[in-house]
Amino acid sequence: MADLRSPLARVRGLGSAKEGTHHWWAQRLTALALIPLTIWFAVSIIALSGADHAEASAWIGSLWPAALLILTIAMTFHHGQLGLQVVIEDYVHNEYMKLAAILLVKGAALILSVVAIAAVARIAIGG
Amino acid sequence: MSRADRPASNRPLSPHLQVYRPQLTSILSITHRGTGIFLSLGALYLVFWLLAIAAGPDAYATIAGFNASIIGRLLLLGWTFSLFYHLCNGIRHLVWDAGLGLDLKTTYASGWAVVAGAAALTVVAWIAAYAVR
Repeated sequence: MADLRSPLARVRGLGSAKEGTHHWWAQRLTALALIPLTIWFAVSIIALSGADHAEASAWIGSLWPAALLILTIAMTFHHGQLGLQVVIEDYVHNEYMKLAAILLVKGAALILSVVAIAAVARIAIGG
Repeated sequence: MSRADRPASNRPLSPHLQVYRPQLTSILSITHRGTGIFLSLGALYLVFWLLAIAAGPDAYATIAGFNASIIGRLLLLGWTFSLFYHLCNGIRHLVWDAGLGLDLKTTYASGWAVVAGAAALTVVAWIAAYAVR
């Protein structure tokens, strides 16, 4: 059957998932952001090894570490749930199970990232 | 229509995973996925760590004690390697996305570079961590 739509109209933001390349692009953008953030995070955690509670909370409580940590949390959980979604889509073939697993991962990522950011704020403000 | 009642075709089939000889490229590919899944658990552990710090010195002492245990150290070592591997191989993927380094020779060279880089960064990180303590 002939398709009256042009190839351009078909690819413009409308694949089978009706979201075009958004998932792919968001995964790349978060990956790019996570390159410097991961290096900063690794160096910071190494510097904190063996730290007691006062040292750890003083570090998280300072402005730049708190800000960068919140960014790292947001990017990590967003990137992580995008990746886990693809893994689920590849291996879970029952439609209901697949949807349930993806919603669970996305919901958990949202809740956990908000809880983690709240914890950073609590440490920073509570002292 | 399920796979079974599809009419037989003469199209060539890719060898199944179990009879496919592993190559560096395929091993690194599945390791990228594996480390990604493992790092998701690491992100979950980071939330527990932050909650423990927010809860106070007692809760922090508990999680710090677990970190210092054998199981804790093995987990942290696994997360360290996974983080550096996923970082290095992620950069390799981004370079591919830019259309660069896709020929066989460069793919193998960058693959070995990722393995060496992730291993070296893990060793350096742990030496530095023990030096700081």
